[in-house]
Order: sequence, then structure tokens, then C-alpha cells
Amino acid sequence: MAMIFGFLYELALQGVQMFIVVLIAPLVMGVTRKVRAHLLRRIGPPLLQPYFDIWKLMHKEAVLAHNASWIYRVAPYFVFAVTWVAAALIPTYASGLLFSWSADLIAIVALLGTARFSLALAGMDVGTAFGGLGSSREMMIASLAEPAMLLIVFTVALVAGTTQLSSIAALFSTAAVGLRVSLALALFAMMFVGIAENARIPIDNPATHLELTMVHEAMVLEYSGRHLAMIEAAAQVKLVLYFSLIICLFVPFGMATGERSLAAFAFAMAVYLAKLFVLAALLPVGETALAKMRVFRYPVFLGGAFAAGALAVFLLFVSRGF
Amino acid sequence: MGTLAFDLAHLLAGGMLVLSFLLLYQDRITAVINVFAWQAIALSLSVAWQSIVQEAPHLVATAVIALVVKGFLIPFALHRIVRRLDIHREVEQVIGGGPTMLTGLALVALAILLVQPVREAGGTLTREDLAFALAIILLGLLMMITRRNAVTQIIGFMSIENGLILAASGAKGMPLVVEVSVAFSVLIALIVFGVFVFRIRERFDTVDVSALDRFRGERRER
Amino acid sequence: MIAAIDVVLILPALAIPVLALVTNYRAGAFINVATSGLTFAAGLLLLASERVRSDLLIVDDFNIFLVVLTTFVGFTTSIFSATYIAHELETGRLTPSFLRFYHAMYQAMMWSMNLALLANNIGIMWVGVEVATLTTVMMVGLYRTPEAIEAAWKYFILGSVGISLAFFGTILVYLVAQDVIGQGLQAMCWDLLVGAAGQFEPHLLSLAFVFLLVGYGTKIGLAPFHAWLPDAHAEGPTPISAVLSGLLLNVALYALLRFKMVLAANPATLNVGAIMAALGLVSLLFAAFMLYRRRDIKRLFAYSSIEHMGLATFAFGIGGPLANFAGLLHMTMHSLIKSAIFFTVGHIAQVKGTQRLADIGGLSTTHPVLAFGFALGVIAIAGLPPFGMFTSEFMLVSTTFARQPLLAVVLVIGLLVSFGALMLRLQDVVFGEPKGSTDPVKASSVPLFIHFALVLMAGLWLPETIVHWFRTVAALLG
Repeated sequence: MAMIFGFLYELALQGVQMFIVVLIAPLVMGVTRKVRAHLLRRIGPPLLQPYFDIWKLMHKEAVLAHNASWIYRVAPYFVFAVTWVAAALIPTYASGLLFSWSADLIAIVALLGTARFSLALAGMDVGTAFGGLGSSREMMIASLAEPAMLLIVFTVALVAGTTQLSSIAALFSTAAVGLRVSLALALFAMMFVGIAENARIPIDNPATHLELTMVHEAMVLEYSGRHLAMIEAAAQVKLVLYFSLIICLFVPFGMATGERSLAAFAFAMAVYLAKLFVLAALLPVGETALAKMRVFRYPVFLGGAFAAGALAVFLLFVSRGF
Repeated sequence: MGTLAFDLAHLLAGGMLVLSFLLLYQDRITAVINVFAWQAIALSLSVAWQSIVQEAPHLVATAVIALVVKGFLIPFALHRIVRRLDIHREVEQVIGGGPTMLTGLALVALAILLVQPVREAGGTLTREDLAFALAIILLGLLMMITRRNAVTQIIGFMSIENGLILAASGAKGMPLVVEVSVAFSVLIALIVFGVFVFRIRERFDTVDVSALDRFRGERRER
Repeated sequence: MIAAIDVVLILPALAIPVLALVTNYRAGAFINVATSGLTFAAGLLLLASERVRSDLLIVDDFNIFLVVLTTFVGFTTSIFSATYIAHELETGRLTPSFLRFYHAMYQAMMWSMNLALLANNIGIMWVGVEVATLTTVMMVGLYRTPEAIEAAWKYFILGSVGISLAFFGTILVYLVAQDVIGQGLQAMCWDLLVGAAGQFEPHLLSLAFVFLLVGYGTKIGLAPFHAWLPDAHAEGPTPISAVLSGLLLNVALYALLRFKMVLAANPATLNVGAIMAALGLVSLLFAAFMLYRRRDIKRLFAYSSIEHMGLATFAFGIGGPLANFAGLLHMTMHSLIKSAIFFTVGHIAQVKGTQRLADIGGLSTTHPVLAFGFALGVIAIAGLPPFGMFTSEFMLVSTTFARQPLLAVVLVIGLLVSFGALMLRLQDVVFGEPKGSTDPVKASSVPLFIHFALVLMAGLWLPETIVHWFRTVAALLG
């Protein structure tokens, strides 16, 4: 009996972990928008506006182009599902949960790549100019960001000796790692990659309505109704995913790693949420300080991330040898 | 040697290498000068830390020289030169940013590979300092090769010299380090003086790039 | 009791402030000549005194003849310089205040080269080479023309990079040495390094030598790193070109050879001979072909210096008693001949008022003495008998044929190509239509002919002591 309760307890903990990222995602987006609006001396939409938006979109009619294929219809759900799975894998408030064994960094990168691929495919499906343009730009950014991301994974894996996120978080929350330039560089590269992947300024402007500067928005321009709701939700989850990844890898302090009591979990959860909202508030601060880049400058921006990642890997080799 | 001593030395030397990369990454002369000043400050901290770890008080002199001369005086003088000589504010690159960065990464890898087989007897810290120093020297060379402006070349040379001082301070009990750092400071002061007095803007050829810009009616993006 | 070794270093050092303060240029020139002469005398005394070593300085078979050579060429050049600068003052290319600076720098350069030669400590040796470079940079830019400043800047930048790399190599040598010898000054003493080299970590030592080769190789003017050399020779005052070619290149090569001896004592290291031979051969071939396209007479002989330093480096790269002997002899001969050639060229450029080869011609009718000196110089530098350079080149070619026939073919091709270029120029300058001014030369030809007499003597009969020194050093060089 106790065993079953124990199992259910663990399952519930895992469930909280899985659902928290989806439930909180619109709020996180709302916070970034609100902070950004304040920084621009505007009042901005209410914090809960993203929830209302999704609700509204869900009840609107989804308009489809005549030549839209099944890819176009399936893609939003697929993208959302894949992003959710990826986000749910990342240890947010506790390590060593029931499904922690599956939380592999490379798997997460691969899932995100799959989501991006299917969205790019959907963008080209209808055959409009903007969809194709957005898709091609998105793939260009991806082709620049992915190598940098993999180098970050290498760095972290080399330091921790594993690609399993839960173990990494448990290790990094102790002081055993020491002062590591590599990790600082990896964090730096991670921020660059995160900005590029989430279509934020200076790579992309999520609020733009000027078609020529759109990347992500151009790709999903044709979507409406529940399809658009799914894509919006997926984008929000992805933002939370990157925040969680940064928290999990670089500031895992306060995560419940040992004690399995409810109080410990509640405390860890509060810490996690606090960190999440701090990051959500910091993002627009950085964004307002920058101007959107020209497309031709992307390689320089993401090249910086790549260089930082590569340097991080090299530095590890210096100190520990091959 | 304690793990803190090692970690801090690693952090400072690694920070210098990262700043070397930033030097290559910058495309504005004033930004390059500022990054260099940061590198000099990192160097001075690193040397100061070495003097504590090795219990070598004479290294403090080197640290102070690095801080005062290269952290403040030289950058100040260079900023002044840029203003007074009205030097083109954008860094002129012989090869573009991307290839430069890739070459730089390859050079860092080369430096690590070269120093790798060094016997453990020298100590991990010595080996690591050596690898970092070599990488910084090679990146400085790369900067001197790929940047044509006299000011950026001086900075490239000074970052080479930063690497040298890092290596020299990492070599335990090396004599003459202080003297050499003084000699280098004099050398650099002379170079800066020479640039200022003779109004040297370009290195090997006298193509005035600002004239080209005026001709094309635009400034270069990078 | 002050030993000769101290005098060689103290005299020029004392002369620097004196020369910087003397306003009369004639007095300055005289003090310069006198100091150089006394330093040369002290250098000769060094031959008689016993060999000494300390942690900082050393006198052995290798550097003793180079010190004598350096002080000698420094002396003769100072005589040449005295007449040369008088002319420069007349034409207004230099002012008396510049001359104070010039003379002070001249002695500073002599001092630093002697320091580099006599240093036992590899750090001090590095300092000597660095100071010598700095002073020559300032002298190259002496005329303040845009070309001179560009040449000085180029020399400065390339020289500084070279010197930085050499310093890194020095640090690496110290690092390997301190494991065996222990920390401190002792681990930088050259004689102790050679003694303990067998126990050094071979990998790091090889790496160190690569840096030293690139670093000091820049100073030697070896082919990929030579870019500063022609400009610096062409734009500076001619006496400086003479000491640059005749002495500074030697000093840099000497520094490199000191390290080669350390590596030669450790069989597990990289085969540095092959690298040096390759660099030397590349320099030789490159310079030989470049000789054909020169339009400036000083630039022509600057490339010839690259060629001959390449030859010497090749000789030391091949190694073995005979090739090393040839290399040492070649260094010596090149110093004497090339400085003499620059004396002649300086006079020619002054009377003709130009350095352009196209504007110089028919010297045999207008200035027979200069024509004679120039012809002697070109014949000697081209390696024709009976001059000393024939001996060294002959020894080098024969030993290379015996050991590396294929390389010898390349070597001979390089020598013949450069020979052709020099003969062409000799034809144009000495014979043909007289061009330019026919004013008489107001300069002494004594230094010139002393040099040629020595070179001729070396070609016919080498004193037994010198042969003995060269043999000892050749054995050490491995």
C-alpha cells in the first residue's frame, strides 16, 4: 500500500513538473510583455492577457487555404506537443523524479529541432511568398544556432560527465564544480542561442507587423484560430523551456535534490518560479537596449555564440587534458 | 596547490583568452581599446594572484605596471590618438569576421595541442597558463595580421605582450620578469609615441579608406 | 681590476650620454670613432685574456671572434660614418641635433650587440637583441621622410613581433630548464643549459626552439619573415645599413645558434637542422630571384644579405663539422664584405645623389676608385676566388654534395642565379655610359680596402687560431 502511495506521490510530482511549464507559460510571456511595455513608458496589456488571447483564438474559426495539405493542419499540434515534451523533460524544481532518466540534453535539442523542422515545412506548405521567406530565414538561424547549442551541450556534459539533466543539476547545485570559465562562456552562448531560437530582439521582433523584417511571424502568417493558438502556446512554452534550461544548468541552487518532503518541494517550486520571473523580467530589459539586426548580421551574432561555445570546450581540454 | 588557487588562476587566465577573442570580435576602434584595457586589468589580477600563490612579492611590481600603464595610461593615450588624428572609427579587416573567428578557434586548438604533451612535473597550472598564454599570443598575431590600422596593430602587439607576461609570471621563479615587463612597457610607450608623432594611420600602404568611403558615398557595414 | 670583457660593455655605455650631450658634430664623430676604436682594442685584448664565465656573461670560442668582428666593423663603420654624415649635413638631409641622436644611438647599438654576444644568460641575450633592434629602428627612421618612417614602422612592428616570439621561446626554455637545474637565474645560463640539456623534456624544448627560430629568424631576415629588411636597409643612413647587414643579422643568427647548441645536446628533440636548412634554402632561392628586379642599389644588397644569411642558416642546418665551419666562415666573410659594399654604395649614392640603379652608370670613367671598390665588393660577395667567401661557399657546396646531393643542386642553382644578377648589375654600374654627377668623392676609402684585404687574406690563408676556434664551435654545434 505504502509502495503504491509512494508511486502515486512520485507520479504526482512528475505531473506537477509536466503541467507547470504549460500552465505558467502564458503568464511568463505576459510578464515579459508587461515589463517591456513599462520600459517603453507604456501601460501594456494585463499580465493574464496571453491566456485570454489563447482562449479567444481557440474559439475562432480556423481559416485554411485551398491548397493546404495535411501537414499544414497537423503541424501546429505536432509542434506544440513536441515542445511540451521537451519542456517537461527539464528538471524545474526537483531532480531525480520518476521520468528523470529520460531528460537527456541531446534529446531536448533534437526535439526542438523536430519542432522547428515541422513548422518550417508548414510555413512553405501553402506556397505563399512570406511563408517561404520566413521558413528559409528560420532554417538559416537554426543552422547557425544548432552548432552553438551542441557545443554548449558538450561543455556541460564534459564538466558533469553526463548529458542527463537531472544529474547535471544535482551536481551543479553543489560547489564541487568550482569556478569555471567554460561554464560562464556556455551561459553566454546559451543566452545568444536562446534569443535566436525564441525569435527575440535583436534577431527577430515578436511584435513586428512589418513583413520584411519578420522571421517567425512570417512563417506562421497564414495561420488562424485554434491552429494559431497552438503555435502561440508552443512559442510560450519554448520560452519557458529555455528559461528552465538556463536555470537548471547554470543556477540550479535551491532545487530539491535530496529531501522528498512536500515542504521541500514547495520551497523549491517557489524558488524556481522566482528565478523564472526574474529571467522573464530581465529579457525585455536586454531587448529594449538593443536594436533589431539586419539579416546579414545574424552570422556574426550567432558566430559569437559558436565561438564562445567552442572556446568553452577548448578551455575544458586545457585544464583536464584529453 | 589548493583548488581555489587553481580555480582563480584558471578563471583569470581564461578570462584573458576570452577577452582576446572579444578583441577580434569588435568592429569599432574605441571598443577594441576598451576591451584591451579590460584584458590588461585581467592580466594584472592574474599576475597579482600568481605573486600570492608563488609567494613572489616582486611580481606585484609587474601587476601594478600592467594595471597602471596598460590598463589606464595606454588606452587613454590611444583614445586620444583616435580623436586627435581623426582615425577611421571602424576597424578595417583584411579578412572578414567569421573566418577570423574560425581561424582564432583553430589557433586556440593548436595552442592546446602543442602544450598538451608537456610532462605533468611542470604542474597543471603551469601547463594551463602556458596553453592560455600561447593562445593569447597567437590570437594577438592574428589580430596584427588581419587588422590594418596602426592603432589596432598596436593593440594586437600589446595583447601578444599580455600573453608573454602571463606565461612569464606562470613560470615559477623566473628571473627578469619585472625587468622585461618594464622593458616592454617602454617599448609600447615608444610605439604609441611614434604613432602620435608621425601620424601613422595605416601599416604597409597608404590607401586612405575614408576617401574611398566618400567616393562610394557610404560607410562600410563591417 | 677591470677586465677586457667589462671594457667592451662599459665603453659604449659611457659614450652614449656623452655623445647625446656633445653639440659639435665633428667632436661627436670623433668621440664616436675613438670609442669604437677603443672598444675594438678591448675586443682584441679579450683574445689575449683568459676565458671567463659568470651567471651573466661568458667568453668562449664562439663569441670571442664575433665580438672582435663586431667591434672591428663597428670601428671601420664609425670612420666611414664620420665622412658620410659630413656630406649629409652639407646637403641638408640631416641637422646637427639629429646627429647627436645618431651618434648616441650608434654607441647604444654597439653596446647592445656586444651585450647580446657576451651574455651567458639567455634573458640578457634577448634584452641585447631587443635593444639593438630598437636603436636601429630609430636610426632607420632618421631621415623623417614618409618612406623612412614607413620602413621604420614596418621594421618596428615585425621586429617587435619577432622579439615577442623569441621571448616566449626563452620562457619555454626556462620552464624546461627549471625542472632539471632548479628555479632562479641558473636555469637561464647558457653553459649550464648545454650541460643539462640531455635531461630536458624534449617536446617542450623543441617547441621552444620553433619559437626562437621564428623570433630570431625574423631578425636574421629569413625568407617568410624578411619583409622589413629591404626597406630598413634602403631607407636608413648607409652606415646603419652596413652595421645592420654586417652585424645585427649575425648577432641574431648567433643567438639562434646558441639555442641550437642546447638542442644538439639533447638527441630526443626535433630535427631542427632540417627546418633551418629548409628556411635557409628558401631564403637563398627567394632572394636570388629577387635580385634581378631591384631598382634601388641599397635594396639590391639588402636582398643579397637575405641570400647570404640564408646560406649561413642552411649551412648550420646541414650540420656536421665541415658545414658548420663553412657557416661560421660565411658569417664572418659576409660581415666584412657586405659592410664594405655598403661603404662603397654610400659614397656612390652621395656623389650621384640617387640610389636608383638606372641613374648610376659608368663609374669606371667618373670615379675609378669607387668603381674598383664596387667591383671588388661584387666579385667578393658573388663568391668568386680568391676571396674568403669562395672558400666558405666551396666548402658548403662540397659537403652538401657529399651528404645531400639533391639539396646541393638547389643550392648551386640559387648561387648561380644570384651570381648572374650581381654580374648584370656590376656591368651596368661600373661600365657603360657615364650617368649623373662627376664630382670627386670626399671620403676616405681606407675602411673599404682594409675589409677587402682581410677578406682576401681569409681566401688565401686562414690563421691557425681562427681555424681552431671554428673547429671547436663547429663540433659544439652538432
